[in-house]
Amino acid sequence: MTTTAVPTAPPRHEPAVAGPSLARLTAVELRKLADTRAGRWLLITIGLIAAVIVAVQLFVLDAPDQTFTAFFTPSLLPVGLLLPVLGILSITGEWSQRSALTTFALVPRRERVIVAKLAAVVLAALASVVVSLAVAAAGTLAAAATGGAGTWTFDWQLLPHAAVFQVANVLMGAGFGLLLLNTPLAIVAYLLLPTVWSLLSAMISALREPARWLDTSLTMEPLLGAEVTGGQWGRLGVSLAVWMLLPLAAGLVRTMRREVS
Amino acid sequence: MIEVDQLTKRYGPHTAVEDVTFRCEPGSVTGFLGPNGAGKSTTMRMICGMTPPTSGGATVGGRPYRHLPNPGREIGVLLDASAQHAGRTGRETLTLAARTMGVGRERVAAVLDQVGLNDTAARRRVGAYSLGMRQRLGLALALLGDPRVLILDEPANGLDPEGIFWMRGLLREFADRGGTVLLSSHLLREVEAVADRLVVIGGGRVVAQGGKDELLAGAGTLVRARDAHALRLTLDRAALPATAGTDGGFVVRAEPGEVGQAAADAGLVLTELRPAGSGGLEQLFLTLTAGASTKEAVR
Repeated sequence: MTTTAVPTAPPRHEPAVAGPSLARLTAVELRKLADTRAGRWLLITIGLIAAVIVAVQLFVLDAPDQTFTAFFTPSLLPVGLLLPVLGILSITGEWSQRSALTTFALVPRRERVIVAKLAAVVLAALASVVVSLAVAAAGTLAAAATGGAGTWTFDWQLLPHAAVFQVANVLMGAGFGLLLLNTPLAIVAYLLLPTVWSLLSAMISALREPARWLDTSLTMEPLLGAEVTGGQWGRLGVSLAVWMLLPLAAGLVRTMRREVS
Repeated sequence: MIEVDQLTKRYGPHTAVEDVTFRCEPGSVTGFLGPNGAGKSTTMRMICGMTPPTSGGATVGGRPYRHLPNPGREIGVLLDASAQHAGRTGRETLTLAARTMGVGRERVAAVLDQVGLNDTAARRRVGAYSLGMRQRLGLALALLGDPRVLILDEPANGLDPEGIFWMRGLLREFADRGGTVLLSSHLLREVEAVADRLVVIGGGRVVAQGGKDELLAGAGTLVRARDAHALRLTLDRAALPATAGTDGGFVVRAEPGEVGQAAADAGLVLTELRPAGSGGLEQLFLTLTAGASTKEAVR
């Protein structure tokens, strides 16, 4: 449009404004994770639950077993259970609260919003590993002060494994959210999945072998230790391709096409 | 500038919008009128890339909406004031949008002030807002990027009379500065006070469009007599096509002079005789869309 055709139009606009970068969109999506009461409480709960687990370890573990690693590893599990909820909410919240209408009006290339959301929850998952490290450190100090071993033994292989564990958890949640676009449906489906696997594979022996490749509660377990064999990586990859990549891909297609109203 | 070209949307066998074509020029306010379910919102959502059209297309400032790199800086959109996260405060909602489109924090304060949301309101969560406050927040969101084009779906919904008056002033000023405004409503009176052009839609099709004055002028003559029955007979005898209004008056498709002459010849006492203006357009609006809204009601 030429502004010269309209003599009344004041020259207050520079032409073509650059769109938001992915970094900026990711920062906005990170802010969205924490700027509602529900979101804030979810983040606080994730932190608290890690702290509670460490506190429980202080009481149940024998004094010589109270090491940094013994505090760190158990804190990953409950956090890993809540991170998918964070992933789901970050996606489905836009639809259930209908703020997608504003979001996509400002960024009509929806795939950019989705990528920014995934980046934001991955950063949150990595931050959760840092929180687990921090509470484990606090637990170790407390153990040393209360007569426990309090030794700082830590296999550094655990750290990347923990990061993969939490990132996979949050992205699986995001994938379910993206595919189902409905908060309760996505959460229930995600939580039921491992239970259904273990029920079915207990009943049907023919499923036991596929479960070793597809049941994420089995394939992700090695990540909680320092040693992961090639075979275990392979089974993990297969299960994540099915339960993470597939929902993410199908969900992206669905979100791109879906009518926003 | 907004250009809508043969937009059509079908949902299965149901056609929501059919072959809708119109333009909105800079410096003008276009009223998009139609009863509920006529296809106004669907058309606007298609313009903004929210709903993929079955066929046809729309451009804003010469480009399809989805191809705009940073639409918030060019087009202010308010499609549904209730579509906001209930858990965020008004200010936070604006801050997120400001960061997304890359405008400074001072713009947030400026638009809050412009739409009359004070500090207390801005700190409250949107879930606690009245519909009127949500509309104001939605308008603030639309104005945030200092756009040249505004697309507003039923912005007067839930506003009090003072708020409606204020919004008219705001839109008029926006257009007078060279902006383009497209606003929808199902109430003719709401739109006619501010619009320069009208696009009337019924049953998914454009049933009338043009300059407001032009449409109003073509609306005929309003006449009222002490003896309504005798007036009806007189008009029929003079072969003047008349439609009875709800309040005893008639809208006649003829010049006031002709109608007055016919009444004088019959020795009738008239209590009112004037160009029908909006009353006539309302009649037109009702007749043009009656079929469509009935269809909507029984669907």
